[in-house]
Amino acid sequence: MRRSSLPPLYFVIPAFLVAAGMLLPVAYLLLRTADAGWETVWRLVWRERTARVLLNTLALAAAVSGASVVLGVPLAWLTTRTDLPGRRFWAVVSVLPLAIPSLVGAFTFVSAWAQGGLVHQLLRQAAGVARMPDLYGFPGAWLVLTLLSYPYVVLPVRGALLGMDPGQEEAARSLGHGTWSVLWRVTLPQLRPAIASGALLVALYTLSDFSAVSLLQFESFTQAIYVQYQATFNRSYAAVLSLILVALTLGLLALEAVARGRGRYYKVSAGTARRQAAVPLGRWKWPAVAFCAFMGLVSVAVPVAVNGYWLVRGLVAGMGVQLDWQALVNSVYASFLAALACVLCALPVAILAVRWPGPVSALIERAGYVGYALPGIVVALSLVFFGVNFARALYQTLALLVFAYVVLFLPQALGAIRASLLQVSPNVENAARSLGLSPWRVAWTVTLPLVRPGLASGAALVFLTAMKELPATLLLSPLGFRTLTTRIWSAVSEAYYIQAAAPALLLILASAISVALLLAGERRSA
Amino acid sequence: MLRTRSARSARTAALLASLTLVALLGLQGLAFAQEIVVYSGRSEALVAPVFERFTQATGIRVVARYGDTAQLAAAILEEGQRSPADLFFAQDAGALGALAAAGRLEVLPSHVLDRVDPRLRSPEGLWVGITARARVIAYNTELVPAEALPQSIWDLLDPRWRGQIGWAPTNGSFQAFVTALRVLEGDDRAEEWLRGMLANQPRSYANNRAIVDAVGRGEILLGLVNHYYLFQLLAQYGEDFPARNHHTRGDAGAIVNVAGVGILDSSRNKEAALRLIEFLLSPETQQYFTNENAEYPVLLGSQVQTNPLLVPLDEIATPEIDLSDLADLEGTLDLLQRTGVL
Repeated sequence: MRRSSLPPLYFVIPAFLVAAGMLLPVAYLLLRTADAGWETVWRLVWRERTARVLLNTLALAAAVSGASVVLGVPLAWLTTRTDLPGRRFWAVVSVLPLAIPSLVGAFTFVSAWAQGGLVHQLLRQAAGVARMPDLYGFPGAWLVLTLLSYPYVVLPVRGALLGMDPGQEEAARSLGHGTWSVLWRVTLPQLRPAIASGALLVALYTLSDFSAVSLLQFESFTQAIYVQYQATFNRSYAAVLSLILVALTLGLLALEAVARGRGRYYKVSAGTARRQAAVPLGRWKWPAVAFCAFMGLVSVAVPVAVNGYWLVRGLVAGMGVQLDWQALVNSVYASFLAALACVLCALPVAILAVRWPGPVSALIERAGYVGYALPGIVVALSLVFFGVNFARALYQTLALLVFAYVVLFLPQALGAIRASLLQVSPNVENAARSLGLSPWRVAWTVTLPLVRPGLASGAALVFLTAMKELPATLLLSPLGFRTLTTRIWSAVSEAYYIQAAAPALLLILASAISVALLLAGERRSA
Repeated sequence: MLRTRSARSARTAALLASLTLVALLGLQGLAFAQEIVVYSGRSEALVAPVFERFTQATGIRVVARYGDTAQLAAAILEEGQRSPADLFFAQDAGALGALAAAGRLEVLPSHVLDRVDPRLRSPEGLWVGITARARVIAYNTELVPAEALPQSIWDLLDPRWRGQIGWAPTNGSFQAFVTALRVLEGDDRAEEWLRGMLANQPRSYANNRAIVDAVGRGEILLGLVNHYYLFQLLAQYGEDFPARNHHTRGDAGAIVNVAGVGILDSSRNKEAALRLIEFLLSPETQQYFTNENAEYPVLLGSQVQTNPLLVPLDEIATPEIDLSDLADLEGTLDLLQRTGVL
């Protein structure tokens, strides 16, 4: 692992540039905080309420990540390693909640499950149920955010399971360990970095989310930030609160570094890894199918059904369905560019962090996570500021929008590529080096093909998340540029539910197709 | 020999590329000569048809950025003098007030201002209301008998409504209502009302839409909202949607607020932007807004027929208050945070 040489400049310079770009929002926040004056800063920071809301938010983030791991790891395992009937279908379903914007997830959750909602109407007619349980506050926010974000665990764990050398498991089995014992003592420990990076993404998503928590009446820290913009238009106060969020993120990153562990995740022995054999589920087959089906039902089928309900209502009422193809094309195009840009930016950072671990590369890697935990509006405003003042020609162009997506979503690509890279033995690269290839050639011809699963899942995560991005798209996109998500948002916020249904269904469909394509590719490269 | 040729062709290519670029930029400049940029906190579905008709009438193209009112205002403040926006169309007067306070709005000419009810525009003439909305109490018609409806906002403190009222404390329109309460009855009374409400355990919704929806579902009995969301939901759910609006009389619960526009000081198309404002204030457009979105027209005189679904503005006992009295947002936020509402 240790190398005598320093990392070559063509990894270091791009990585530094990426890190600098990622830190732009922080620079902006410091600037605005300076405007506020120290007195205000202290007053805001040392309010009892600030501390309480912060703790609530942390508790929510912990609960959502915990639940996502508990649900996501079995889903990933069932859909990669077992003889689960309809494995590929369930694999797509287990990733699909990523396509659902939190606004849509929360809105449909309330429409379906709240008092007097669609489910309650059915239950009232069928069984005379008078009251539904109260879903608002912590339980509702916990449920909705878990249902929206457990795929952040599923995807990296899938990647790790597929990239894992089955040799160790086979060795354990030959030493007399049964299926469960192998799973607990060999497979799971090897999944640690993947689980940690997925859980981190979930936790940071929870910290930055606004739509879901506000619709579910959970007082989270982002709400405090939004209130400052909304009520007093005071960007300085909002900046102070956002900086607290940045500090929190750094804390979580330190935690993840511990959870990730220092183990070795690649194989050192010679020889080609065998194809992994599917674990027979036996009598657990149908309970496993039921579990996958239940998760798909509550996380994907409910939002689809609620939107379908509105679509049908609209059709019955004689309103024509307008499919906005331009919005679809814009969504797919911008998200595709975002995925590409994120992977390109994440690669040098991930290579540096994994192959040349040290304080500097760790700092560079951490810098990439800052934008992800900030509410979208904060990142958007920081890029409004820098764009208009220092990159006027790029302001409100697709280029700046894609850059905003990179600042917001880089960690998704970074985590996936990192986890993949950990499974590639540096010995392979060293062998290539000893045969006379330059580090550059090694990266292109040896490392890159080996981390393809990581590149693919990273790109997929970014693509799906960018498809549903709202605040930065609203502020930074070229004038007149509309996406499916901006359409949904503008319709739902004005209570045009019927008009929101078609773009929402289109968004989920387009994402489902891309997930299916991606998983097909994953199989080929694994 | 080979090298020079390739160098020459590279130079030719570069020249061609830059010529194309210049041509494209020039074309762009020509095509967009008559164009204004609107930052709109009002939704595309509502205002885009109006912009189209304006373009047909004047030949001036309107390019809009749609978004959340507060976030667009923050963006304009961030953009400073380099803002591409000519006109800001805000969902509430608070956002316009914030831009006015930052010195970012241009004074509008009196021939425009004079058309509008003086209560519904900035006294300095920095912004003007385009449509008006009333604060109301939405109630569930199946669960609340008409005689039980609160006659004033103080009746909401009655324990019978415990856990049954929805409000949206993060919302600009709610905060304008609290500011009105402070102006009308004083800070102490406002605080008393807020604390009394908190004792009654209201539910904090994300926005007005969610409140009216919850009232219709029977999740809550009453909701403090703007009047027009109900009509949107009636159009979606049908007439049997069990919610209606109720007006209190003469108190802060009956204030009228506006969605309005202002021209940015940084605009280089002020003439064209002004023409758009004139168009928005034309009787035809005013009629469109009241018909389509069930809002109140703002014009003086009776050139526009208020949507027949609405209680006419002069029949609502609105308190004696100007929108410009509602500028102290910071004081209201302070109060909301001190009492623990926010």
